[in-house]
Amino acid sequence: MTTNPLLIFIAAFIVNNIILIRYLGLCPFFGVSTTLTTAFGMSTACLFVMLIATWVTWTIYHFLLLPLDLIFLRTAVFILIIATLVQFVEIFLKKNFKALYSAMGIYLPLITTNCAILAVTFLAIDYRFSLILATIFALGNALGFGLVIVLFSAIRERLEFAPLSRSFKGYPIAFIAASLVALAFLGFIGLFGLPL
Amino acid sequence: MSVFFKSIITLGGLGLCLGVALAFIFKKLAVAGSELEKQIKAALPGSNCGACGFPGCAVYAEKIVKENLPINKCLPGGKEVLEKLGKIMGKDLDALEHKIAALICRGGKDECRERFIYDGGTDCRQAYLMHGGNKSCVFGCVGLGHCASVCPFGAIKMNKNRQPVINDKKCTACGICVKQCPKDVLVLIPRTKLVYLACVSQDKGKAVKDVCTVGCFTCNICIRACPYNALTMKGNLPVMDFNKCTDCGICVHRCPTDSYLDRAKARPYAFISSACTGCGECVKVCQFKAIEGSPEQRHKGIIAKCIGCGECFNACPVRAITMAGALGHQTRTA
Repeated sequence: MTTNPLLIFIAAFIVNNIILIRYLGLCPFFGVSTTLTTAFGMSTACLFVMLIATWVTWTIYHFLLLPLDLIFLRTAVFILIIATLVQFVEIFLKKNFKALYSAMGIYLPLITTNCAILAVTFLAIDYRFSLILATIFALGNALGFGLVIVLFSAIRERLEFAPLSRSFKGYPIAFIAASLVALAFLGFIGLFGLPL
Repeated sequence: MSVFFKSIITLGGLGLCLGVALAFIFKKLAVAGSELEKQIKAALPGSNCGACGFPGCAVYAEKIVKENLPINKCLPGGKEVLEKLGKIMGKDLDALEHKIAALICRGGKDECRERFIYDGGTDCRQAYLMHGGNKSCVFGCVGLGHCASVCPFGAIKMNKNRQPVINDKKCTACGICVKQCPKDVLVLIPRTKLVYLACVSQDKGKAVKDVCTVGCFTCNICIRACPYNALTMKGNLPVMDFNKCTDCGICVHRCPTDSYLDRAKARPYAFISSACTGCGECVKVCQFKAIEGSPEQRHKGIIAKCIGCGECFNACPVRAITMAGALGHQTRTA
């Protein structure tokens, strides 16, 4: 497997896109992609949480779980760590960076135990990345998440106006549109990529 | 040490450490929100649904305190939360609750002709993008029923004339239709308000007359007719001062284009008793020639002409006039 940082970034960003190729983080993908502003808020919150979570879980895994031979506990430990971390970050931002806090608003706690966050922390370990590569990987995934959710919000805003039959209005047509976008992204798979 | 104990100690210890750390940090870094804000936050449902237009209940609570926002924006909370908030903020609920959405345009399909054939999507906002809709009046209601589709209470229905009809009983004055209307022809008015001008055209007389049969063309009749000076001309439209207006309905009946709307279900009529001295004061104030009679003799009200404005009732020096069949005044307090 490649260790080229650029390739890993592009693989995480587009080729193995976390939403469209790995099918993770679908709840925020459909939940907040209704308007551009909410999509953008969620993307920034995701970027923020994903990066910090990867750093902390990577450290905990390599310096606590591995030496103690407790790898099987990683799911429970990671969830615990991420949840605490986000709570801490939220209260820290509220105190010291009011503008950033109000920009992310409610999205920060919403992303806490999201599958996309947990998956990125696991994958960074499963691919045996160093801390730097794991950071690049998380960055790529978070930006990929943001890209797709922002792109899709544009589609959703258009769908609002589409003359649809009543049974297709809302989520049904959003799912159909998402599958078409996912098909389009599938084209990148031939390029290169990380093993799924 | 077995894996069993090792894992219990690791996970338990981690949980304990993080829990204590978090508790400590919460105390240390807690933002000093005011006591009022905390109370409001506790009263709100806490579901963070965003119906109020803010990212969550906490933000809305903060805005209520700091920016003095109205307390009736929480839809899922309903009446219960509103009452709680009213108690906390010490606000008069009656003034907030008793509002209703009203359409301030009367130009339906029949009254206002179309400029071009519109064949696009069936949403007002979409039609609005196409030269402001296909109605020849650029100010009026597009008439494709976006308000009906966004009303969460099903209080708005479109009629055959392509105009939204608001159901008084179902409307909760949440203001969603008001916000969503691309033409701004929906407003919230007090529920007790019966009479209002239903035209938003800022065009001059002839331009309005050319496109709409019920549009206000700035004739000034209502302004001169109003006995309470509640109407003033601003731009090309009369503006009503709701504090001065008594809902007498004179403007409604004097308006040559029927641009005013009257929400009253029925109006009373004047009945003159035998106490009448025939002074003629009532004849002077009646704008509709609904009272006749010769001097010094008992006058007579003409029911067909009387609109029930009550001007004669106020003017009669001997209190010989009563307003009969006053159903309209009952609906006003309902």
